[in-house]
Amino acid sequence: MRVLIPSPLHSYTDGRRWVTANGNTLSELLLDLDAGFPGIRHRLIDEQGNVRPHMTIYAHGKRAHDLATDVRDCDEVVIMQALSGG
Amino acid sequence: MSTHPARLLAATRKGLFTLDNVDDRIRWRLGEPQFLGHIIQHAVLDPRDGQTLLVAAKTGHLGPTIFRSTDAGRTFTEAARPPAFDKAAPGTAPRVVSHTFWLTPGHASEPGVWWAGTSPQALWRSDDAGQTWSGVRGFNDHPDYSLRTEDPQGGTPDGPVLHSILVDPRDARHMYLGLSGGGVYESLDHGGNWSPLNDGMATVFSDPDADPDDPQPQSMPWKSVGPEHDPHCVQLHPLNPDILYQQNHCGIYRLQRPATRWTRIGRNMPTDVGDIGFVIGVHPRDTATAWVFPMDGTDVWPRTSPGGRPAAWITRDDGRTWQRQANGFPDRGWFTIKRQGMAVDTADPIGLYLGTTSGEVWATTDEGASWRQIAAHLPEIYALELA
Repeated sequence: MRVLIPSPLHSYTDGRRWVTANGNTLSELLLDLDAGFPGIRHRLIDEQGNVRPHMTIYAHGKRAHDLATDVRDCDEVVIMQALSGG
Repeated sequence: MSTHPARLLAATRKGLFTLDNVDDRIRWRLGEPQFLGHIIQHAVLDPRDGQTLLVAAKTGHLGPTIFRSTDAGRTFTEAARPPAFDKAAPGTAPRVVSHTFWLTPGHASEPGVWWAGTSPQALWRSDDAGQTWSGVRGFNDHPDYSLRTEDPQGGTPDGPVLHSILVDPRDARHMYLGLSGGGVYESLDHGGNWSPLNDGMATVFSDPDADPDDPQPQSMPWKSVGPEHDPHCVQLHPLNPDILYQQNHCGIYRLQRPATRWTRIGRNMPTDVGDIGFVIGVHPRDTATAWVFPMDGTDVWPRTSPGGRPAAWITRDDGRTWQRQANGFPDRGWFTIKRQGMAVDTADPIGLYLGTTSGEVWATTDEGASWRQIAAHLPEIYALELA
C-alpha cells in the first residue's frame, strides 16, 4: 500500500513523499517500512512501542492510536508530524 | 608534542558547524552546516583513528539517533541501533531515550569502544565504533537507580543528563561520570559497578562545609546520594589522572585521589563574582592551571556573566587564587558558556575556545591573556570540540 512520508523523514526515502510498504497490521507495516528504509521506524516509534509525541499515523482515514490496527484493507497510510516549536 | 588543532566542531541547536584552522589559529573558515535543523548535542572525533566522528542528534519531534562518519565528517550514515532502553517488563516503568547528550571515545587500548550518556540518565556502550549501542546494566539497572538519578519529569529544563564520561588513560577499567543532577560516580571495573564520589560537594539544599553561622535546613540534611548533587562539568587531568576538577551547580571543586573528599576551590573567587558556572577546562601540561567562565547564580539564576561582564577566570595554583581574563570580550555581554562549550588545544602556548549560547566562538592563543571572536551569528552552541 502507499505510505505518505512527512518531510522530516524524506532523508530516509531519498526525498520520496510516497513509498510502498506492506503488512497486516500497522506494526507489521512499519517493520516493512524500516526494512526498506533502515532507521526510519525508530524516529517514529519509541523503544516501548509507542508512537512518538507529535507524530500521528492515519489509517482508514482515522487516527490510529494502536500499532495493532488492522491495515489489510487500506490503500494508503498517512504519517504526519507536527512542525511546532522554533 | 604540541600540535595546532585542525578543526573545531560546534554542536548547535540547529545543526553541526565546522571551523577550519587556516592560519596558525589566527583565521578560521566556517563551513556549511551539516544536519541543518537537527538539534546536535555533541559531536566528537575519535582521537584513536582520526576518522570516526559521532554526532548525537535529535530533530524536533523525531526520535533521537546517532550519525557516524568514518571519513572525518565528509559523509555520514546512521547508527544501526542507537541508544534505546529495553522494552519495559510488566509492572516496571517504561523508559524512553529523549536524546543522547554526551559521547566519549573509549580507552586507547580498546579501539571501537565508545561511551554515551543520555537523558533520561543512562550509560551506553558501543563496541563497534558507534554502529550499535547497549545499555550498561551496572548503572542503568542498578537497584538504586531511582535514588541516584533525577526524575525525567522533574529535572532540569532540557532533561536530566549523564555527562562527563571520563576514562582513566592508565586503566580502561577505571571510569568516572557525572549526573546533572545526581553527582559524580566512579567505576573500577569497566562500568560494572558505580560508587558515588560526592563527599565535600555542596548540594542545592545544604553544604557539608558551611559556615557554622549559616544554618542548614534540618529537614533536608546533606546526603551522599541524590539528585540534589549537581556537577555541571567534570574534567580528569590528562597529565595526572589522579586530579579531577569540577564546575558544580554549587561551586568549583578539585579532588586529588586517592582522597575522596572534594575541596571547594571556588571559595577563593571574589565574592561579587562567585563560583557558579557550567564549564571548566584544564591546562594539558600544568595540573595546577584551570579555567572557568562564571555566571550569575543569584536569585532566579540569570546564567549570564555576573554583571553582564563576560570573563574567563584562571587559576595557576590549584585554585588557591584566581585571576580575571576579559581582554577582548565586550564590556557588556549577556551570554552563557554551557557545560560542553569549552575546548582546550595542546599547542604551545595552548589555545582555548568558547562556544556561547549567543552563537559566537571566542578563542585565545595566549592562555587567556587576550580573546578574539572567530565566529558569530551561529545558532545557540551546545558543545565545542577539537578535531
